[in-house]
Amino acid sequence: MKPMQHTITVLVENKPGVLARVSSLFARRGFNIESLAVSVTDDPTMSRMTIVVLGDDSTLDQINKQTNKLIDVIRVIDYSEVPILDRELAMIKVAAENSARAEIMQIVDIFHAKIIDISPATFTVEVTGNTDKVDAIERLLEPFGIKEMVRTGKIAIARGTHTAIS
Amino acid sequence: MVQSLIDHGVEIIFGLPGGQAIPIYDALYDRKDLINVLMRHEQGAAHAADGYARATGKVGVCLATSGPGATNLVTGLATAYMDSIPVLAITGQVRTTALGKDAFQEADITGISLPVTKHNYLVKDAKDLPRVIAEAMYVASTGRPGPVLVDIPIDVSFAKFDYEPVTEVNIRSYSPIQGESITEENLNAAAKMIAESERPVLYAGGGVVLAGASEELLALSEKTHILVANTLLGKGAIPETHPHSLGMLGMHGTAYANHAVDKCDLLIAVGARFDDRVTGKLAAFAKRAKVIHIDIDAAEVAKTVTPDISIVGDCKRVLSLLLDKVEPRGETEWNKQIKQWQQDFPLHCPSDDSQLYAQCIIERLWEHTKGEAIIVTDVGQHQMFTALHYKVTKPRRFLSSGGLGTMGYGFPAAIGAAMGCPDLPVFAICGDGGFQMTLQELAPSLEYKVPVKIVLLNNRYLGMVRQWQELFYNKRYSGVNIEFQPDFKMLAEAYGCVGIRIDKMSEVDAAIEKAMEINDRPVILDFHTAREENVFPMIPAGESIEQMMVNRPK
Ligand SMILES: Cc1cc2nc3c(=O)[nH]c(=O)nc-3n(C[C@H](O)[C@H](O)[C@H](O)COP(=O)(O)OP(=O)(O)OC[C@H]3O[C@@H](n4cnc5c(N)ncnc54)[C@H](O)[C@@H]3O)c2cc1C
Ligand SMILES: Cc1ncc(C[n+]2csc(CCOP(=O)(O)OP(=O)(O)O)c2C)c(N)n1
Ligand SMILES: [Mg+2]
Repeated sequence: MKPMQHTITVLVENKPGVLARVSSLFARRGFNIESLAVSVTDDPTMSRMTIVVLGDDSTLDQINKQTNKLIDVIRVIDYSEVPILDRELAMIKVAAENSARAEIMQIVDIFHAKIIDISPATFTVEVTGNTDKVDAIERLLEPFGIKEMVRTGKIAIARGTHTAIS
Repeated sequence: MVQSLIDHGVEIIFGLPGGQAIPIYDALYDRKDLINVLMRHEQGAAHAADGYARATGKVGVCLATSGPGATNLVTGLATAYMDSIPVLAITGQVRTTALGKDAFQEADITGISLPVTKHNYLVKDAKDLPRVIAEAMYVASTGRPGPVLVDIPIDVSFAKFDYEPVTEVNIRSYSPIQGESITEENLNAAAKMIAESERPVLYAGGGVVLAGASEELLALSEKTHILVANTLLGKGAIPETHPHSLGMLGMHGTAYANHAVDKCDLLIAVGARFDDRVTGKLAAFAKRAKVIHIDIDAAEVAKTVTPDISIVGDCKRVLSLLLDKVEPRGETEWNKQIKQWQQDFPLHCPSDDSQLYAQCIIERLWEHTKGEAIIVTDVGQHQMFTALHYKVTKPRRFLSSGGLGTMGYGFPAAIGAAMGCPDLPVFAICGDGGFQMTLQELAPSLEYKVPVKIVLLNNRYLGMVRQWQELFYNKRYSGVNIEFQPDFKMLAEAYGCVGIRIDKMSEVDAAIEKAMEINDRPVILDFHTAREENVFPMIPAGESIEQMMVNRPK
């Protein structure tokens, strides 16, 4: 079976060392992490991880079960089956010579992105969106010369009334 | 902390102190109700706790200081982890303010032990100790059991606080029956699949022993006349002397157990995890069979073999429910076929009397103990000879490091077993290689009058490796000759124990009898066995039953 990208959400105890437990498990069992985003939830005793993994269905099944077994893991939610909203944030520092400025501003506009910093030679662009959208603006800005870029991991939430904490 | 342990029923601790553990040892000084066994190496302490746990079913506890003391526990923890054994390890740690500063004898033991423990804790506030010990005991012993480590910085073990016992544990992120799927639907489907099968086999693992589900398993087998093959860790799940037992399956399993699994049309795995030593080449394993998998750990389901029906839950419960659902059935053609295999491929002992053979010694040992002793093995050929030739009659009477295959396990684990079950004779069956890895524990055995009988099957080789080199590396014996070794009789005597050397078959019975009479100290029975004997049957690693060797290839 072909490896596919899957997005899973892991609710964990907000305790020191929990990230190490999860990442050690992934490393040890040979699961590939494409991206990882962690932050505390509205309940300060809980953290939420969004992990994008690469693997076939049986790997995903093992990832879910093995992760669930960790004592500090409260829940693992596999988002393969439900419609989700997912977002990434990127900040892109792009070369912006006088002649290029107008064109870059147009791209930024079309993508509903923002220019959040300007210097005589560069723009820093902030963009949020799903992975495809961030990839697309990156590709379009590439020809101008990307000086530096930073991207968060993906975060995800289910559409509709469905919640992770229930 | 010490009070917490006692409140949780702990009666015995195996350990060795050091600077950061002195406050804990200081607290033990006043407690006459907690036996504190001073081992001579922390690895020995961890294995002893493991042996105690396997033999008694209770949590085994070991204790070490920070840094090197803690790292010396790691092999023992990994051993317990692989075989799902409930062990609690307590380690001293440098004071909280020194953590992470490369302080003297600091080792990040929670980090190091992460992949070999079910869970671990670093306690930073003394007031958390009663809760953490309660949680640790609970996590170690429930669900799929496993080792748990609690790391205690010295300022925490020094601190004074008002102790209140914690009796109830509530961990929102942990449920021992996570993923349970004991449903009517599943049970009915399993019963139906069993009814429809023509050639079913039960494959019983360590989970049956851990669950105490022997009675239920035997009842199921007797009601349906389905025969039972057991794994190494499933020895004693049903009495191997019972006509329904096929003995061990797998790489060194009996030919009849392996034939039965190969030709069966339904394999019912109970508390077993399809280890590669059992399956060999996966594509060829039980290739004609449907599979029912009963296991408490949802993650074991479809990890290597995808079952047709899985029932996640405690197998004691599952088996007793299933027992009511299955229809009784009598002996069939299939039972006859298996009996035929048992006649065609019997286990045998070499019959020439000019040399001592391990197989024959083990069969004599069985005669003397009638399969009722606690047998603890080390790892190697002697382990497999024992697995094949010593028919275990009760659960928790055969202890062996299966998953990690830890040389040096046998003797200290036997000490733990003997201290946990003082009324049973305990034999540690060791190779000459493995015994030398942990023989320093002779000293505490003498001190605490632990009458472990060490059956040393001394072939002056790292025999199991030599066997592989003989069969698969053109007899290029590299790094396996251990002729250069102590005189074990004198070694025993140097420790104040009893040593007997045996060279001839005619001396075997007397030696075993003598050993069984001694009940205040260890005995080493140094059997000088045939050097180049091999364990057969053998299915080479990663191969199928087609490649099974039942004898030395010509
Ligand atoms: C040199 C050497 C050779 C070996 N050769 C062989 C061989 O030929 N044959 C062989 O069988 N082994 C052999 N082994 C041992 C092998 O490596 C494995 O350790 C062994 O096969 C695993 O046994 P198991 O499947 O019973 O699993 P265990 O490791 O005992 O696992 C127990 C299973 O039961 C489950 N469980 C636990 N509690 C419960 C419960 N209450 N209810 C339900 N399920 C539960 C667990 O989740 C787990 O899946 C050998 C080892 C060595 C060192
Ligand atoms: C700690 C450890 N080191 C190495 C091995 C690899 N190994 C497996 S069996 C074996 C030989 C054991 O020799 P011995 O104890 O004499 O037993 P025998 O096989 O001769 O009965 C070795 C080296 C191991 N299992 N454990
Ligand atoms: Mg040897």
